[in-house]
Amino acid sequence: MSSSILWRGPTVSVPFHGRTDEHSRTVIAALAARGLQAVLVALIVGIFSFVMMQALPGDAAYRIAAGRYGYDMMDAASAETVRAELGLDQHWTAQLADWISALAKFDLGRSLVYGTPVMDEIAVQLGHSLLLAAGAVLASLLFALPVGVAAGLRPGGLVDRASLGLSVLLRAIPFFALGILLILVFAIRLDLLPVAGFRGPEHLVLPSITLGLGLAAVSSRVVRDAVTDAMAAEWQLFSRTKGLSTRLTMFRHVLRNAALPVVAYVGVQLAYLIEGVVIVETVFAWPGIGHALVHAIFSRDITMVQGTALTLGLLYVALNLCIDLACRGIDPRTRAAGRTGPRS
Amino acid sequence: MSAHRARPQAKRPSLDGGRILGLTLLGLLTLAAVVGPDLVGQDPARQSLLEALQGPSGRHLLGTDHLGRDMAARLLSGAQLSLFLAGLSTVTAALPGTLLGIVAAWFGGWPDRLLTAFADAVLALPGLLLVLMLAAISPGSWWALYTGISLTLWVEYFRYTRQRARVVLAEPAVEASQLLGIGPWMIVRRHLMPEIGPGILTIAAFGAATAVTAVAALGFVSVGIRPPTAEWGVMMTELLPYWRESPFLILQPVACLFMTVLALHLSVGGGVRP
Repeated sequence: MSSSILWRGPTVSVPFHGRTDEHSRTVIAALAARGLQAVLVALIVGIFSFVMMQALPGDAAYRIAAGRYGYDMMDAASAETVRAELGLDQHWTAQLADWISALAKFDLGRSLVYGTPVMDEIAVQLGHSLLLAAGAVLASLLFALPVGVAAGLRPGGLVDRASLGLSVLLRAIPFFALGILLILVFAIRLDLLPVAGFRGPEHLVLPSITLGLGLAAVSSRVVRDAVTDAMAAEWQLFSRTKGLSTRLTMFRHVLRNAALPVVAYVGVQLAYLIEGVVIVETVFAWPGIGHALVHAIFSRDITMVQGTALTLGLLYVALNLCIDLACRGIDPRTRAAGRTGPRS
Repeated sequence: MSAHRARPQAKRPSLDGGRILGLTLLGLLTLAAVVGPDLVGQDPARQSLLEALQGPSGRHLLGTDHLGRDMAARLLSGAQLSLFLAGLSTVTAALPGTLLGIVAAWFGGWPDRLLTAFADAVLALPGLLLVLMLAAISPGSWWALYTGISLTLWVEYFRYTRQRARVVLAEPAVEASQLLGIGPWMIVRRHLMPEIGPGILTIAAFGAATAVTAVAALGFVSVGIRPPTAEWGVMMTELLPYWRESPFLILQPVACLFMTVLALHLSVGGGVRP
């Protein structure tokens, strides 16, 4: 739940945040629900960006003319040309309609600051952000799976209690503060890894660990609970009774059953991941979409704000869809009778 | 079929000593934010370049920053700002959120569908994106930040209240009360409030922690509260370049933020989830 909002993990076990899997009986329905969400994202981002545009101080026509032709080459006539061309003399409702219809045609316009097409910038940044997100999820699994399974196999044991304490402490450190601490220790004091930027694979390590640790703080507990439940289930005892070895029971039954809540939980963490990407990219000067968004807000480059926010929003929807489908893949019950995952 | 939800509670290691710790810490932080600035007696904005980057002394309890401003005064003034914004946005998210949740559950039909659709629309985007876009409309203003945070936080109260209220209001006891002619206000107070109260408090604690984090994060990436205001995130950005001269300085706002969020999380009790 509080997962949904900003960047700290869920706390109350209320199904939360866009996990509409109780409605997605078929793949088609899942696609339709996420498609609707995508349209909603585009509308919200578009309208917000339009309002931002209107809220800019000064005359938009002059500003755009200056951006196009340079401050020295621009005059009243060129501003009027721009005004007529872009329909800036129309009523705001007509302008909003134009704005949204341009968005519907995937015309994201040009950066107000650099003059380059927003689409080109995003094409480069998206790859960087996806790389970071993948690194973060990988890092979080590397932390959460061993710790969670070890804790879940012996509830109340030493590993369980230690990892609970660690998880509580880690969750209280926001991403950017964790990033600062890791930079201070590993990049500056120990001089093991680069501080920031993007050149080689070693630049990926610190930002991924920052994000991964934050994600693992909560997901290790989800893994732990899932394993505890699977171990306590009757079918686990049955498969032991019928003669399967501990190892076989573990891999064939326990881990597969435990995987479902864990994968579903990755879906819950997606909001957290996207938000984390925005912040962590800024901390580590990672040339991705989140960094570009923050930079664009700072420099009031509104077309860029719109493009990057839209891409992040759609990325969020797309990843959610992947999780929906993955849950169906793991749990055959969700496919059969329109029943859905154990998050009911 | 929530096998994993109906698990026995006894197996979960509890941190209830942690809850006391959290509430105490929270009380101390609030007290420090309220009376601290007067006790320190320094102006958080007063620069004195001759005293820049000093260590702790009798005059400056926690040293001075790169512009010679008193760190203790700045940290406390930052605490005031963070706790004020967190408290304000928690109240303005909790009241409408809970109220609308009850309305949706009570009336059902189109009010329910309308409110749920609005809540889903807010959830279509990750919360931070919404806050960032609002902050972009009016950069540097605290009210844009506050509006954005409240707008994303109210949904949690709404969804939780609606879900629980639908169950409670369908109970025979509520039906009996209605037949006895007891008014809706009394039913909400007697039957619903005891049921949802603890959950709302939990959401409020985590929501406040989220708000504190959000304010600092946006300040840190320079799109929230702007310098020279003493705000923890802004202070981290300002002090990061001086880690070599005085590593102690950058750790101070980090520690403040950590303690506040930890106190709020622990105050809920029960470790990870209630």
